Amino acid sequence: MKEKLHQLKLKYQGKKMAPAFNAIHTFLYSPNETTHSGSHIRAVDDLKRTMNTVIMALVPCLLFGIFNAGYQHYSAINGFPENFSVLEHFITWDNFWIGAITVLPLVIVSYGVGLAIEFVFAVIKGHEVEEGYLVTGMLVPLIVPVDTPLWMLAVAVAFGVVIGKEVFGGTGMNILNPALTIRAFLFFAYPTWMSGDKVWVHEAVERAGTADAISGETILGYLAQGNTADMTEKYDIAEMFFGFIPGSVGETSTFLILLGGLFLIFTKIASWRIMVSAVIGSLVMGLIFNGIVDAEWIPEYSKFYGLMQFDFWQHLIVGGLAFGIVYMATDPVTGSQTYKGKWIYGFLIGFLSVMIRVFNPGYPEGVFLAILLMNVFAPTIDHYVVQGNVRRRMKRLKNATILPKPSDGKTEQLKVETV
Amino acid sequence: MSKDIRIKKGLNINLVGAAEQTTSKAVSSNVYALNLDDFHGITPKMLVKEGAELKAGEPIFYNKNIEEMLFVSPVSGELVEIVRGARRRILTLKILADKEQSYQDAKTIDLEKADADLVRKTLLQSGCWPFIKQRPYDIVANPDATPKAIFVSAHATAPLAADVEYVLNGKEVELQAAITALGKMTPGKIHVSVGNTGSSVFSTIDGVTLHKVSGPHPSGLVGTQINKIDPINKGETVWTVSPQDLVIIGEFLLTGKFNAERTIALAGSSVKSPKYYTTKIGTEISTFLYASGVTEDKFRLINGDVLTGAITHPEGYLGFYNNTVTAIPEGDDYEFFGWNKPVFNKISSTRALTFSWLSKNKKYDLDTNTNGEHRAFVVTGRYEEVFPLDIYPLQLLKACMVKDLDEMEQLGLYEVAPEDFSLTEFICISKQPHQQIIREGLDLMYQEIG
Repeated sequence: MKEKLHQLKLKYQGKKMAPAFNAIHTFLYSPNETTHSGSHIRAVDDLKRTMNTVIMALVPCLLFGIFNAGYQHYSAINGFPENFSVLEHFITWDNFWIGAITVLPLVIVSYGVGLAIEFVFAVIKGHEVEEGYLVTGMLVPLIVPVDTPLWMLAVAVAFGVVIGKEVFGGTGMNILNPALTIRAFLFFAYPTWMSGDKVWVHEAVERAGTADAISGETILGYLAQGNTADMTEKYDIAEMFFGFIPGSVGETSTFLILLGGLFLIFTKIASWRIMVSAVIGSLVMGLIFNGIVDAEWIPEYSKFYGLMQFDFWQHLIVGGLAFGIVYMATDPVTGSQTYKGKWIYGFLIGFLSVMIRVFNPGYPEGVFLAILLMNVFAPTIDHYVVQGNVRRRMKRLKNATILPKPSDGKTEQLKVETV
Repeated sequence: MSKDIRIKKGLNINLVGAAEQTTSKAVSSNVYALNLDDFHGITPKMLVKEGAELKAGEPIFYNKNIEEMLFVSPVSGELVEIVRGARRRILTLKILADKEQSYQDAKTIDLEKADADLVRKTLLQSGCWPFIKQRPYDIVANPDATPKAIFVSAHATAPLAADVEYVLNGKEVELQAAITALGKMTPGKIHVSVGNTGSSVFSTIDGVTLHKVSGPHPSGLVGTQINKIDPINKGETVWTVSPQDLVIIGEFLLTGKFNAERTIALAGSSVKSPKYYTTKIGTEISTFLYASGVTEDKFRLINGDVLTGAITHPEGYLGFYNNTVTAIPEGDDYEFFGWNKPVFNKISSTRALTFSWLSKNKKYDLDTNTNGEHRAFVVTGRYEEVFPLDIYPLQLLKACMVKDLDEMEQLGLYEVAPEDFSLTEFICISKQPHQQIIREGLDLMYQEIG
């Protein structure tokens, strides 16, 4: 097998389809390339391993999302079970089946369309197929509502991969996070499919207006409508934290996201600086809003009141904030690249996410907009951080000891070229 | 005033095959050679023709741009071949050695009384000058510059590199002569960095400022030490000399003879009994390689250490600046699912199913496989963990790649040499050739600003 593939690789070398073949080849076997200059030895990590680690951190969220799709569907029909037990009501074949027929097609379409475009671009431009989409393709199904029509997802993926990434030159060159570009495209192109109280539960849209109508709105949606009643009537804190609530496929379980985040920090793949500062940022903004409510600067009938009075720390366990912070704000390509920059970048993501969440009139969620906005500003942040280093160097320059050359002072002799 | 340097950022790469501290005398080579690639940026002009009889220390060529700078033969013998490459560029000069070595005798100078001009002239004519390198640009020092300081690193932290204190043992007299002479050429200090364990030969030398260095690689790289002791500003020049080259300079100053002898470490996992050899610059590597024996047919022979050396082969010749020759296995093989299975036998800077973080002192047998394909820069924040200089490595690399001279200057390209980027290159997830990028950046800058 190894020999055969090697012969095939030599045969395809220089041909147009070589990148496509190599992508499959290097998937099976890490390549036989050796160093030529500089460091003759190299560490074991490569981009495939890096991306694979992120995918591993996402798998629990995907599995949870599959079961939750079924759980939310049946709960919307039959009501939430009393004396909820995970094994009895959540991890069941019925739930899994609903999840399998709704979530897995999203994953397949996301990977199929995205990777097809990656292969086509690699063949056209003659570079290797890059691994960036392995993570994007996994993120996309996790950040859309469960019933997103597949054609819609396909269109969005095509847009996101081509406009969000390939036009800039592929993985590593893009300005905006491709997964969020896809999410933003869906949001602005098909808003009715992305918000409201019908999209978060499987079959809710089809059943609308019939006798069997079901619905399930997100906690944020509930609050945005000015409902200030204590959320614990609807969901308790544990349910929110563990994720038995409606929402995009993979974003609901803060617990699993937390585990994934810790895994990414432990493996040193994602930046803990961004995660920590984003959490701080969102808590600060939440506290400010809580403070405004406490100071009674805002009347209860204000449409922002519901979200503003929401306990500041609970912002982290509902909606997509935690998911965005752990898996998308930490995207190294579109985020800040310097340590100091990462602190500022993360803080502003958390801060703006909660702000947009509260003030967004149409859709009570802000994390994807906040990250996209900060993607745009990340180079600016880095610029000023790096300028700090440059200024330090400039300051040092004032005390530079520039010594006279030995030839100074002597009469300059004309040198005649001799051969 | 000495300043101790503690480095926290970095990575020690422990490899199997460290040279055992016993020294043998290598058999003398029939043919010695000067590899012109060792002298980066020098355009040679020949002084003698093919077939000329040379004494050890007799000039062979000079630097076209700085005519006083002579390069001499390491041995006496006949210049048998001038190997030329594309556009008749000289690649290698091969000298068939005499059985009986004879040296060109130069007048010795009185070191105490000599002034900077005399020292400079003596070193330029003796062929010792090329041992002195300068920063910025990491090239042979320009004699028409006064360095603000001279740096010597007597602490080797690169993987499998020769132990400096071991090879310098008993060379105090020569070192003292060289330090005294070099001291005349700078109004600044001569900074010598030594490891913080045990005593150093430099502790008895006058005229140096001693620094104790501790911490992981690259604490032993002279670039790291310059950055921590007295960083280079635009317009300034510092010189760097390796301690073994000081010995050759010192011996010349004392005896008037250019003695190209040095002790080198033969190391690496492909060597049967890695140890030290006494030999001469330009010797054929096979003269000592096979004395130690090799363990496999396919191995990578490196003139220098594994992070910064140049590829060579058993019939190749010991480089002008090298005191280490390393042989490690070639890694031109595929590995089934090498990108996702847990890895125990290779070094990693992450913990992504890699386990080198568990046992920091374990010795590894690494080969030359890149462990992945070349990609655009994707991951950030990793290089900084192994890069102790006050410089943004990723940003500087990118500035070099886009040839932005202003930014290269502002981000500190004057302060670095390619070797400073050897560790970032080692851990690079995108497998980018960092040292080559920096070298090209330095060359561009030298050409444009010089």
